Amino acid sequence: MDFAIQTKNLGRVYKIRGGKKSEPRELVALQGVNLQVHQGELFGLLGPNGAGKTTLIKILTTLLAPTTGEASVAGFDVVRQAEKVRPRINMVSGGESSGYGLLTVRENLWMFAQFYGIPSAVANWRIRELLKIVGMSERINSKSSDLSTGLRQKMNIVRGFLTDPDVLFMDEPTLGLDVGASRDVRRFIREWVNQDPSRTLLLTTHYMVEADELCDRVAIINQGRVLACDTPASLKSRLQKEALFRMEVSPLDGSTSVETFEMLPGVRKVTHRALDGYAVLELILEQDDALGSVGNLMTSSDIHILNLQKREPTLEDVFVDLVGRSMEEVEKAGTGMEGR
Amino acid sequence: MSQASSSPVLRAVLEQEVKKNSGWRLFIQTVIARAYPRLIGQQREKSWMFFDIFLPILAVSAYVFVYRAIQAPEDYIGFVIVGGAMTAFWMNVLWGMSSQLYWEKETGNLALYIMAPNSLMAILLGMALGGIVATTLRAATIIILGSLLFKVSYAVVSFTQLFAVFLLAMAALYGMGMMFASVYLLLSREAWHLSNLAQEPVYLLSGFYFPIKNFNFWVALSASVIPLTLGLDAMRQLAFKTGGALGFLSVEVELLVLLALSVFFLAAARILIRYMEKLAIREGRLTESRR
Repeated sequence: MDFAIQTKNLGRVYKIRGGKKSEPRELVALQGVNLQVHQGELFGLLGPNGAGKTTLIKILTTLLAPTTGEASVAGFDVVRQAEKVRPRINMVSGGESSGYGLLTVRENLWMFAQFYGIPSAVANWRIRELLKIVGMSERINSKSSDLSTGLRQKMNIVRGFLTDPDVLFMDEPTLGLDVGASRDVRRFIREWVNQDPSRTLLLTTHYMVEADELCDRVAIINQGRVLACDTPASLKSRLQKEALFRMEVSPLDGSTSVETFEMLPGVRKVTHRALDGYAVLELILEQDDALGSVGNLMTSSDIHILNLQKREPTLEDVFVDLVGRSMEEVEKAGTGMEGR
Repeated sequence: MSQASSSPVLRAVLEQEVKKNSGWRLFIQTVIARAYPRLIGQQREKSWMFFDIFLPILAVSAYVFVYRAIQAPEDYIGFVIVGGAMTAFWMNVLWGMSSQLYWEKETGNLALYIMAPNSLMAILLGMALGGIVATTLRAATIIILGSLLFKVSYAVVSFTQLFAVFLLAMAALYGMGMMFASVYLLLSREAWHLSNLAQEPVYLLSGFYFPIKNFNFWVALSASVIPLTLGLDAMRQLAFKTGGALGFLSVEVELLVLLALSVFFLAAARILIRYMEKLAIREGRLTESRR
């Protein structure tokens, strides 16, 4: 097997039914996606809500057929050889409410293990040990309807690892978890991959820090297209030449906008976030010198600089550089192509 | 992840090689696992004793008092008790089988069922098996309580035949439920209305509270498509002294029809669940509730 996951020109178009009289409209969720994920790799898909991440995971987990192109997982075609793919994979989604509330944590996990043909004794041993690892041993006999959102998500994560898949798909796995639990989940994920070079994990997230901290390589996806794919360090090194600044300023008046700043010489990208009583500008400048013209514009527009910070590039900056807007802005504008 | 990341527990789990069954072993495991929530989980919700035992006995009591008031043959009391017990199966097929895949889709379980290496037919069979066993407990309680309360006397002609009728009626009824599970899933939210719509007419057509011989022949024959109709009729013929005289068709014919219905509904369920899975994957609208 060359690659754990491979996609060639993968695309998916949904037909959205309108009213009784209106024609169904088409929604392009994925287009021309080419990805190659190596065995033993922890691969991240980073993009805003509606970018096409979940659609891609559904295709790779045999839940959805692509409309164009092809994909293989663990060496098997996800459409023509789905029955060979399924025993080798598992999936965990953030915020899912799978299982049955009347069953205990152990019973729910045992049930899902049976669907993969794991003998009961082995399943029960793994359930006990995995629950120890996630710190849920004392909740093994709690009804799952009595669990908090965070504990429920931990149970889902255990469900994913329980069947010891070759390729594990995690769709926003830390959604709903507190900071500590998210950190623990990330640590476990990393160890799971490190332990055995035949294990591969594909993770979707819209948390930049998660992708940066965890993934060997990251694909940035927006509007159904993969915009860049590389290691987090390489992606960030694209912006090493640029100078990045974070400015807290007094609120912008109507006469000065992001576009006004971007027209200044040496200014590549500016994002703006209005907060309570002040605004935050994230600036990507070609050189430090360009900061002078930004300062001049602020003075002439009567905008006061409250705080100024030069910083290292993050994956968020890479996203802004590629898309032209921050992930938050894209999500607010709702320009994602999925889920509407 | 409360323990240190390099703990022996973690290492043991990560290093363990997990053997997985396939083929018929996986099929059986899946059936048992999916039956489990119904066999064990459902019993934890104690409200079933009120809704599934007390309320049906109330409904049955009304008919008992009517039959006693008009001095109907005493076996009619027994007919009503058995009919009342069988309503539990009909309710279970409507709300616990037909609508079930739709609810599984809403909770996200359906996607996990499709993605797992098991067969969806095994999932449906597990649901049916769990439903039959759990509902038999309820039905048996209704029969025992009703019989004691209203002093019903039975005259069983053949226990073997009675058992065969019950088994075939269940196979056909739950086969129909398995078939409807796929149909309801395609109908999505309309499923709830369909169940509501089907509930009361079937009480009438299947003769839950009276022998269907009282119907016009063609009405009774049409009603025989519902497996409980002939199942109930045959059970009454086999369990009560006057049952034979009030039966619609002979027990042997009814057994054959029930066998044919079982084969038809189970085959249709298999074809429909495969179609539904293909549709789910092609259109992508059955594994999530958004579209």
